[in-house]
Amino acid sequence: MSIENYAMELLIDARGLEMQFPKTASPSVHDLDLQVYEGQLFGLVGPDGAGKSTTLRMLASVLEPKKGTVKIAGHDMVKEVEQIRELIGYMPQNFSLYSDLSVQENLEFFASIHMMPTELKKKRIAEMLSFTRLESFHTRRAGKLSGGMKKKLALACAMVHSPQVLLLDEPTTGVDPVSRRELWNILTTIVHQGVTVILSTPYMDEAERCHQVAMLYGGSLLTSGSPDMLSASLPFFVLDVKARPRKEMRRVVTEMPGILEWHPVGDRLRLALPKENGMADQIMQRLNERFIQEKLEVDFLRMVRPGMEDVFVHLISERRGKQ
Amino acid sequence: MNETVNAVETNDLSRRFGGFVAVRQLNFTIPRGEIFGLLGPNGAGKTTTIRMLCGILLPTDGQARVLGYDVARQPEEIKKRIGYMSQKFALYGDLTPIENLEFYAAIYSVPHAQRTQRISELIQLSGLTDYQKVLTRNLSGGWRQRLALACAIVHEPPMLFLDEATAGVDPVSRREFWDLIYQMAGQGTSILATTHYMDEAEYCNRIGMMYAGELIALESPDVLRTRVPGYLVQVDCEQPTEAVQALSDLPGIIETTIHGAQLHVLLNDAGEASHMLDTLREAGVVVRSSLPIQPSLEDVFLYMVEQHQASAKSDSGE
Repeated sequence: MSIENYAMELLIDARGLEMQFPKTASPSVHDLDLQVYEGQLFGLVGPDGAGKSTTLRMLASVLEPKKGTVKIAGHDMVKEVEQIRELIGYMPQNFSLYSDLSVQENLEFFASIHMMPTELKKKRIAEMLSFTRLESFHTRRAGKLSGGMKKKLALACAMVHSPQVLLLDEPTTGVDPVSRRELWNILTTIVHQGVTVILSTPYMDEAERCHQVAMLYGGSLLTSGSPDMLSASLPFFVLDVKARPRKEMRRVVTEMPGILEWHPVGDRLRLALPKENGMADQIMQRLNERFIQEKLEVDFLRMVRPGMEDVFVHLISERRGKQ
Repeated sequence: MNETVNAVETNDLSRRFGGFVAVRQLNFTIPRGEIFGLLGPNGAGKTTTIRMLCGILLPTDGQARVLGYDVARQPEEIKKRIGYMSQKFALYGDLTPIENLEFYAAIYSVPHAQRTQRISELIQLSGLTDYQKVLTRNLSGGWRQRLALACAIVHEPPMLFLDEATAGVDPVSRREFWDLIYQMAGQGTSILATTHYMDEAEYCNRIGMMYAGELIALESPDVLRTRVPGYLVQVDCEQPTEAVQALSDLPGIIETTIHGAQLHVLLNDAGEASHMLDTLREAGVVVRSSLPIQPSLEDVFLYMVEQHQASAKSDSGE
């Protein structure tokens, strides 16, 4: 955790969260701590079954944890749940939009739940429609919207009451790439406006776009931190190599001493190299020399910043190794 | 068997459903032993294409040959020789992995004399040795998926179709799954994989990007990345939102986006980078570091879609 976080307000403080479901009903969560600071875009990252939705449901006060405490903006989840519900907006994965109500009517319904005064309600709904570019569809029934538009409407409904915290469960799953890009632009704007956003995602490339990331696996926290910090914490450097013919490249790499691990990615090989004093540079140089000696056509050898997928895979492999 | 150089060859392959064109004039080849990825959002026509290539759905125009056989005239020859696995692969939950494999071996008429040998090979290849007696419904997603793959290749097909085969599995299982695929490709199996997940396409040797029924790009992932014009720089700075404002009117910038604590700035060319960084510093933005990065396949896809839409507009005279 970097120093600048201490200047920010701790907004969500969850400690020792525990949730156990009867066999296979839903993923469980074990002894989970999460701290989210104000104004951040916070990502809960992990594959299906990692416990992301269960965690979000507990933070949204929809599901009562078996053990542990949650505080949001200083309010205790058990004693002050009414205050908390006004502070948060929650968008479940399968959002219960009313498919036979129009876009406008859905927004009005969610505004009424929060008992918003009429004038404010009008103003805010207009804002939401324009913000999500759904104005020209406001009379369309929710059931007739495309997947991307449904997600945008769900998001608009979750934030119609101007919550301080937004909890979004897989907002981009099942959405086409064009809508996904649009949703991310919307999310970036929301965070820019000062709303704290916690979202879950199975996509490692989306984790890169968060300020802080918590990686979940099998219901427990694997690690958390900023993407940069997590990337730098890996005990190896990553080198991408492409040379042809492919088989020859593989042979040269297999024969080269000092490489910790490698795996193919399309026509490339992705290598893990030791971090100790300049060894990575030496290996890179020696590989290049061997390729040239053996008359391979070298497309590139480049050091790349390890991504969140590299971090995730490393931590799980380590964990499995210990078992 | 027909020994052709290409496992798949299509010539203006098209499919209409009434007035709706689901697939329009596809032209591509898959050389033997290559892993070809068909990438695109849901509804782009990927599954329709696979169904035609598997001999399940007739093309309404154009032709395709799979392993040398014509999909319209010799679909039965094709069905015998291909493997198919989708996200919703039918495994029997109350059977063990071995029993599932025996079931599929029978369906594909693997000769009795070879079955035991082939099944034990597959159990080993897929790493299921310790789980061969566990009921399939008690296996985790990653293991079930490997079993599904083993079932799909029980008859040693020279051509394998994977339709969204790794959706929802964790990154480690996904990587292990692809290790298996590479082994098979290394032994000469040709593979066509569809995915709507841009990251996954990295694993393929060549990618066909599909959008609204058409092939809008066809190249290796590394070459595709070079198709996006401009020079992409990742800037690590304090106050990224102020930085976006500072750069909003600067000429030479195509696009600026915020990625968490970072800024992705797409410049016209590399020569603009120092001017861009100076502008940030003058605006009081503290720049910690900056480095050139590769566009993602999603960047490439979005760019290709834009190009495609622009050319469609000019074609129709708008």
